[in-house]
Amino acid sequence: MAASFSCLYDRGGNTHAMEKVMSNKGIIALYVLPSLLLILAVIYVPIVLTGYYGLMEWDAVSPMQYIGLDNYSRLIEDGAFWASVRHSLVFAVMSTLSLALYLAVAMILSGNIRGANLLRKVYLIPMLLSSVAIAQLWLKIYHPTTGILNGFLEWIGIENTPAWLSDPKVVLWAVFIPILWQYAGFYIIIYYAALKNIPGTLVEAARIDGATSVQIALRIKLPLIFEVIKVTIVLAVVGSLKYFDLIYVMTGGGPNGASEVMASFMYNAAFDRKEFGYGSAVGFFLLVICLIATWGIRRLTATKDTIEYS
Amino acid sequence: MNSANTMKLPATESRSFAGRLGKGVLYIVLVVAAVVQLLPLVWLLLFSLKNNQEVFNLPAFSLPKELRWENYELVWTRGHIGRYLWNSVWITAASVAFTILLASFVTYAITRMRWRLSSLVLGLFMIGIMIPVHSTLIPLFNMFNQADLIDSQLSLLITYTAFNLPLTIMILLGFYYALPREVEEAAIMDGCSVNRLFFRIVLPMTSSVIATAAIINMIYNWNEFIFVNTFISSDSLKTLTVGVQNFIGQYTVNWGAIGATLMLSILPILLVFLALSNRIVEGIAAGSVKG
Repeated sequence: MAASFSCLYDRGGNTHAMEKVMSNKGIIALYVLPSLLLILAVIYVPIVLTGYYGLMEWDAVSPMQYIGLDNYSRLIEDGAFWASVRHSLVFAVMSTLSLALYLAVAMILSGNIRGANLLRKVYLIPMLLSSVAIAQLWLKIYHPTTGILNGFLEWIGIENTPAWLSDPKVVLWAVFIPILWQYAGFYIIIYYAALKNIPGTLVEAARIDGATSVQIALRIKLPLIFEVIKVTIVLAVVGSLKYFDLIYVMTGGGPNGASEVMASFMYNAAFDRKEFGYGSAVGFFLLVICLIATWGIRRLTATKDTIEYS
Repeated sequence: MNSANTMKLPATESRSFAGRLGKGVLYIVLVVAAVVQLLPLVWLLLFSLKNNQEVFNLPAFSLPKELRWENYELVWTRGHIGRYLWNSVWITAASVAFTILLASFVTYAITRMRWRLSSLVLGLFMIGIMIPVHSTLIPLFNMFNQADLIDSQLSLLITYTAFNLPLTIMILLGFYYALPREVEEAAIMDGCSVNRLFFRIVLPMTSSVIATAAIINMIYNWNEFIFVNTFISSDSLKTLTVGVQNFIGQYTVNWGAIGATLMLSILPILLVFLALSNRIVEGIAAGSVKG
């Protein structure tokens, strides 16, 4: 109370004093510079360097050698690299499509379901586990003879069960399933929160006008949470382009590159084959693709203001 | 909300058998989804208590006659799980603390103080959210190598703090903008210094959003893989995530040991979840919707 009174009485003088304190250069520098220097050194300088290292031939032991755009032109002709780009894009499309599934579950969950709170917590559990633990667990699930998946398939009478992770035709799908499983709770919780934010009166009004539940879901709820859906599409696409941990642990990109994605291709080039220059060129390409994807999706789905989340 | 429901009750009931059947089907969908999410973990628990023979011969979802707790004993004594656990705990705690403090400083300066480059700096932090860590990996490896920080946990503290700053600032921003300024103005009028104001008034007032941001940071740091895997080579310096990965490599044929290792590695985060599940769920929802 005292605060607002003093403001009322002495507004001019106070704002002046306030402004003086709040534009103290020393304090601003003290508060901002450490963080700013940190992200410049750890995020911004490295992304410039990665483009620069891409111009070098370099095995991390002997000195770098400038080779111009050789790495980048090699990249353009490298079939294995484009296969990894294709796999990343497949993941991006599949992750985006799976959002519809998550949204459907969230829609059901948000409709006055008893136990909704407990259910969404259960859905979230896989998301909390490390990708390493998830990858190791799914390696066991996919085990051709002892895993529960083939065990189940044999139990319902399917013979010739797939070899999953060692079959080049199946491996990409097999790697996607754990990703679908892992992220379910994350997106369901985001959608659920958005749906619960919709004012109840809107839905009630539509119901009184005779709209069915499906109509309400598609015509009223969906447009109202479109901003959130947009954010999740960016998250799903950019997240897919960056997938690494799970694939690296489960298959290492194999068999024979069949599940290689951009990030694992980069990692293997640099840290396995010691081609750090070439790996950097891939890393730079990955950066450019992620920024273009983010910008492109925002552009395509542009309305008024965007909400961000990573 | 409640009264609306009770008033609607006659209408709902008249919507009859078909309506209830529909709701029943939807319920089954939700429960099946929950079972799918949990079943792999239940199976993991079961095979962590079996020996190989029992894994191969008994049905997948059965318990052996004798629970093989010795699997847990084996991996706890043979491996360095206790060591990894400690590394994970202190690296996570320290980097979360640094991130929260630094992010609060920046958010305060951006939302409260007047300076010309404010929006440019904010932009730099926000763009940082979109930059994939993989694109920074090789240069960071080289920088840490030259600074003699490879195989040092300091490299992890630095990278975790830096990469968590943008998202943390984003979570804090919305809260700071919504926070009424009267208290702060009054404090300044009373001659309180900015530093004192920040530590005594602003930090305590933002404690709820700090908790949210801290939890999200914690999950990220705890599970982080690629930096530990790249920067740390000594076994004794590894975190749980990466240590477990290497340890399992030695036991490729012993299912019980692998199961026990995985159970031990996920147990801490599951316990935290049991204690803080409401906050975690809120944090994830708040981070995206209110952002």
